[in-house]
Amino acid sequence: MRVELTVNGVRRSDEVEPRLLLVHYLREVCGLRAANIGCDTTSCGACTVLLDGESVKSCTVLAAQVSGQDVVTAEGLAPPGELHPVQQAFRAEHGLQCGFCTPGMVMAAVSLLSENASPTEEQVREALEGNLCRCTGYHNIVRAVLAAAEGSEGAGRHANSQTEVTA
Amino acid sequence: MIPAPFDYVAADSGPHAIELLATHGDDAKVLAGGHSLLPMMKLRLAAPAVLIDIGRAAGLAGIAVDGEELVIGATTRHADLASSALVRADAPLLAHAASLVGDPQIRHRGTIGGSLAHADPAADLPMALVALGGSVEITGPEGTRRIVAEDFFVGYFETALQDGELLTAVRVPRRPGVRWGYEKFVRRANDWAIVGAAAIDGRIALANMGPVPLRARAAEQARAAGATNADAAALAAQGTSPGEDIHADRAFREHLARVLTRRVLEQIS
Repeated sequence: MRVELTVNGVRRSDEVEPRLLLVHYLREVCGLRAANIGCDTTSCGACTVLLDGESVKSCTVLAAQVSGQDVVTAEGLAPPGELHPVQQAFRAEHGLQCGFCTPGMVMAAVSLLSENASPTEEQVREALEGNLCRCTGYHNIVRAVLAAAEGSEGAGRHANSQTEVTA
Repeated sequence: MIPAPFDYVAADSGPHAIELLATHGDDAKVLAGGHSLLPMMKLRLAAPAVLIDIGRAAGLAGIAVDGEELVIGATTRHADLASSALVRADAPLLAHAASLVGDPQIRHRGTIGGSLAHADPAADLPMALVALGGSVEITGPEGTRRIVAEDFFVGYFETALQDGELLTAVRVPRRPGVRWGYEKFVRRANDWAIVGAAAIDGRIALANMGPVPLRARAAEQARAAGATNADAAALAAQGTSPGEDIHADRAFREHLARVLTRRVLEQIS
C-alpha cells in the first residue's frame, strides 16, 4: 500500500507493507536512525518521535496509520549543523551517558515544552515517565529539560514546526 | 517484533467502519489508537487478517454535552480527555483516570473506545466508567444500542460487543462539584494497576479484583447504612475474585482493595 508522509519537512510517498511499523519505516525506508528500537514493547521511549507535533512511540504505530501526517525525528529538530535548544541543553548539562535513550528523551522533552513552556521539575519528571535511561542518568536529563525551558523561548519549537508555541 | 501480515483498510466514518465489519466479518479487528492491539499483534497473540482503522474516521472523536450527560466519541484520545475543560469540570474522575493511563506518548495515541473495548480489568478507564455509572453506545447493522458499563464488561478481556458491532461513543453522567476519589497501586510509574479503586457518591469500583472491573457492593451498602470509612472499607474484598501473578497473590490483592477503598472513601468524606 502507498503511504504519504511528511518526514522532517520533506514530503514522501512510499510503497509499504501494511504491517510496517513507523520506526522501521523511519530507520529502513527513510534512512533516519535517530529513533532507536529499545524495548520494542511501548515501554522505553527510545523510539519517540513527534507526530503532528506530539510525542508518540514509533514502535507502536503503523506507517499506514499516519499516512498524511507530519513526522519529525531528532534529525529534523534543527537545520543541518545546528542544535535545537533542547539538544544544546542536553549537551551543556551532560544529559546523557551512553546516549541510546537520548533521541527519545529529547523528542519527549520537545513535546512537553510545546504543551508547557515552563514546567516544574515534578512536571518534567512526570512527562518523561515513558522514557527509560538504563544508565540511570535521570538527574542530568531533568536538569537539561529545565535548562532548555529557562534558556530559550523556542524550546518547544523546531525547524519543522507547523505551529507556534503559544504558552 | 513484526506483526503477522494483514490487509489494512481505513474507515472514513463510523457507518463506513460498520460496512467494512459486515464485509470482513470475523477476520477483521478494529484498530483505533492501536496501543493495546498492536503490541498483541507484535507478540503474535493476535493475528487478524484485516485491520479496519477507525483512527481518522470522521465523527467518532470529540466531547459534547447532551443534557445531564457528557458524550465522548470512541476515538477521543486519553490526552484529550485529560486536558478537556468540559471533562475536568463535569467528570473530573474520568479526566484524572485518563491522565494516569500509560505515559504521555501512549496518551497521545490511545483512545477511550479502544481501552474500553479491550476490557483489561487492570486498566484505568473501565474502572472509572463503572464508578461513574457510565454507559457505551454500540452501533451495528441493526442500529444503535446502549449498555451500562457493568453489563458491557462480561469477562476477562471480553465485552458485550457482538460481531459486526462498533463501540461508537461513551456516556457519563455530568457531576460537577461532586467529590470523588481515585487510587491505583503500581510498582512502576506507568504500569497497570495491581489493584485500583475509585469512588464517587455511593459508588465504589475496583480494578484488577476479578475478570471485570467490579463494584465493592458490600462496602457501598455498609457506608450507606452509616458505617465508618474504615469499617466499610474492611468489606471491600467481599465478592471479588482476584487472580494471582508475580506481582501479588490473592490475599495481597484483597488487602490492597481494603486499603485503597479506605483511601478513596476518605477522599470523598
